[in-house]
Amino acid sequence: MSDPSTIAEPTAVAPAAPGVPRRRRRGSGGRGLVITGAVMLVVMLLVVALGPLIAPYPAAQTSPESLAGPSAAHWLGTDSIGRDVLSRMIIGGRSTLLITVVAVALALLAGLVLGLLAGYLGGVVDQVIMRVLDVLFAFPAFLLAIAVVAALGPTIPNLILTIAVVYTPRLARVVRGPVLSVKRWDHVEAARSVGVGEFTLVRRHVLPMVISPILVETSLTLSRTIFTVTALSFLGLGPPPPDPNWGGELSSSRQFMELAPMNVIAPAAAIVFATLTFIVLANGLREMLDVTGRR
Amino acid sequence: MAQVDVPDVPEMAGAPAPLLQVRGLTAEFTSRGQQVPAVNGIDFEVRAGESVGFVGESGSGKSVTARCVMRLEPEGSSISVGGSVRFDGRELLTLSEPAMRDVRGKRIAMVFQDPMTSLNPVLTVGAQVDDMLRRHTSLSRAAARRRTVELLDLVGIHEPGRRADDYPHQFSGGMRQRVLIAIAVSCEPDLLIADEPTTALDVTVQAQILRLLVRLREELGMALMLITHDFGVIAGMVDRVYVMYHGDIVESGPVQDILTSPRDAYTRSLIDAVPRLTATGRGR
Repeated sequence: MSDPSTIAEPTAVAPAAPGVPRRRRRGSGGRGLVITGAVMLVVMLLVVALGPLIAPYPAAQTSPESLAGPSAAHWLGTDSIGRDVLSRMIIGGRSTLLITVVAVALALLAGLVLGLLAGYLGGVVDQVIMRVLDVLFAFPAFLLAIAVVAALGPTIPNLILTIAVVYTPRLARVVRGPVLSVKRWDHVEAARSVGVGEFTLVRRHVLPMVISPILVETSLTLSRTIFTVTALSFLGLGPPPPDPNWGGELSSSRQFMELAPMNVIAPAAAIVFATLTFIVLANGLREMLDVTGRR
Repeated sequence: MAQVDVPDVPEMAGAPAPLLQVRGLTAEFTSRGQQVPAVNGIDFEVRAGESVGFVGESGSGKSVTARCVMRLEPEGSSISVGGSVRFDGRELLTLSEPAMRDVRGKRIAMVFQDPMTSLNPVLTVGAQVDDMLRRHTSLSRAAARRRTVELLDLVGIHEPGRRADDYPHQFSGGMRQRVLIAIAVSCEPDLLIADEPTTALDVTVQAQILRLLVRLREELGMALMLITHDFGVIAGMVDRVYVMYHGDIVESGPVQDILTSPRDAYTRSLIDAVPRLTATGRGR
């Protein structure tokens, strides 16, 4: 295309960097996955949001028949003190999903701010932010979460805060990486050369280039967080009883696993469904958002 | 940033003060503790409305010179700049960053080498011209849109009203360079710096872009600083030439004098390096 003998100055554009516009066939894969994931997400959120309205019984209402199998009155049976399992699933999803979504939103916000600052400003700011995050990153996320929740006490705000802190480093890294390369792209310098301010440069010329890896990572983080929240609850570090939640249900019904398998299967299935939703969404987004620069 | 105290050169009677007056400009990169000089104290000036060429091989310091004038430090490297860059009576090297942002684009604008990567791929070209207008002028949304279409028309884009809503990937390289030129001239700057504006384009498109720059310079009365490694590009374009080599200006003067009787051996070799279709023995 261009004369090979002209002086080709090395450009900072790495061909493999995420978000590099390149030609791809139209309507590439991933759209189906995204739609599937989105439908699953909407169903899940609707059920959980409507919660008490659609649940057949109040979560704490007991009945004489304990550990009953599935029946017309109790679709998923009852637990050890005769509470309706289906109702406890529907209502229990609220705390699990609330913690997950709020925690990831906070982690995303912190990750965006820290990652953009570190990547865009570079130098000392980058060193300080990333070294501090490296310290957090060095701990296994789950172990760190257990330690912090155990120390602070298992309330919902504490859980949210802990999980947000634990997942911030990962998101900050995902933001910082592409920012490092995108900030050197010609169009950023071109925009700077016509007097665009630094804040606008980041918002309008850097952030849109790095948004796809962030979306994918956020979705993956959501699936990991579902798992973390339920695992913490399973270990007794979840929201305190008597309010139901998926991890807690799994934990308390495991001793009656052989008598009433549905008591274990139901929360396990709920956890799998929620995790799967976000993984499907993440994979779909990953494939679909491979391209920037096209609607 | 050390500022060398430069006494104002007494102006000749009748001659206007130069728009851009650079004295003793130095630029040094620091790489692993070592000082690598890129520009060694050069002097030059550009008068209002004048067209000046900077010629030299890659690494001769011409792009760094342009970036020093714009105060666009190359990302990820530490560079120390010294000397004096006076633009329209103001010293640019010591200007605050917000004040400098008002100079960039509005008073001095720049066109870069590679049009393929110099536009934001996720914004329509219209939005990118628009951003510029709304940054530097107080035009209303509708007025800015009208001006955007005018500017795209001015740089020779067909159906500018429709094309303004297209994305950069829908444009060819030459058309993108036209868009970038539209952005650069949108606020009618006093000085346009074109840093190898045609290097990434093929020969027929090069000629179109050069003609466009000449035409715009005349229509808008801008001064033009044209940076290139190719004497062929500047021959019909500029009034005066500075030849740069290893961070120094080795020769300067009116373009005709330099082309016909270069004094410096390096200048001669640069002129000889331009390939000629008729030459058989010589060439690349």
